[in-house]
Amino acid sequence: MSKFKQKKEVGSQEISTASLPDIVFMLLFFFMVTTTMRETTINVQQKLPGATEVKKLERKNLVSYIYIGKPRQNFQKLYGTEPRIQLNDAFARIDDIRNYVISEREKVDENERTFLTTSLKVDQETKMGVIIDVKQELRKAGALKINYSSRRVTNIED
Amino acid sequence: MPRRPGGTFGASSMADIAFLLLIFFLVATTMDVDTGLSRKLPPIVQGDDQGDVIKERNVFVVLINANDQLMVEGKPMDVHKLRVEAKEFIANPSDKEDLPEKKLKEVPFFGEIPVTKGIISLQNDRGTSYEMYIKVQNELAAAYNELRNELAQRKFGKKYDELNKEHADAIADIYPQIISEAEPKNIGGK
Repeated sequence: MSKFKQKKEVGSQEISTASLPDIVFMLLFFFMVTTTMRETTINVQQKLPGATEVKKLERKNLVSYIYIGKPRQNFQKLYGTEPRIQLNDAFARIDDIRNYVISEREKVDENERTFLTTSLKVDQETKMGVIIDVKQELRKAGALKINYSSRRVTNIED
Repeated sequence: MPRRPGGTFGASSMADIAFLLLIFFLVATTMDVDTGLSRKLPPIVQGDDQGDVIKERNVFVVLINANDQLMVEGKPMDVHKLRVEAKEFIANPSDKEDLPEKKLKEVPFFGEIPVTKGIISLQNDRGTSYEMYIKVQNELAAAYNELRNELAQRKFGKKYDELNKEHADAIADIYPQIISEAEPKNIGGK
């Protein structure tokens, strides 16, 4: 008798798929937990500028957003290519900002109103003219805490 | 109908259902966390209140024109050098005559310590690009953060971000981040 057994011809082996649902469920739970639904569709182009000294924005329920940038391709016929302001889901004019701030302020608790932050999500190619106007409006509306939304980068490239 | 023996149901479709849900959440996920530079706008000044007159040595003037060129204290400058210059201005380590004055101030944990009276004044044109503006804001913030970090490291042996609230407040008292933005001008056109 030989010391080494003759290898038996093994029939086509299959990996058990019984654990597949477990793996998929694990992924599923991960994504379910990390998901934050987009509340607004952004109709302006957004390439945020990079910065190294960024801080995380806490308490998202106390943040209102103002989007500024060129309208997206499918809106360009209607709104042109000049940078526009978007509040909630619609394009807006400078004068609408004050009412927007007021309505955002109504939404939160009275004792938390001082913590309200306005996050400016501005495309990096926008000229400061629009932003200056927006900032003046925010000052008039008394929304003084702002946040220049930017990406976290490790160093600034030219 | 008689019950099937064993009474099990096929678990193979479970994977399909899970996949379906998985794909839905994959698509719906936005992973981005909101990050940015936080600033506080000055309140609107009523009437023609000009405020206190500030000595020239206490102001660090940063101008950005419509072509995204930088002028700091009357000299053109590259944006990469801004951080070092700003740090020098805020800290004024060798008490130079043309850099800001210091005032003794009582700060918890530090006792009486000279605090700079320096203010950074940032002025930009309507034609300045937002990208450049953020770059400059970032460099100025970096200058403050580096100084705060150095001090925090020396005093508490920790980074500024890792300090508890009282320690962090004390450091922020010594290096208060004051970036003043002048009322906008329109020189270079749009």
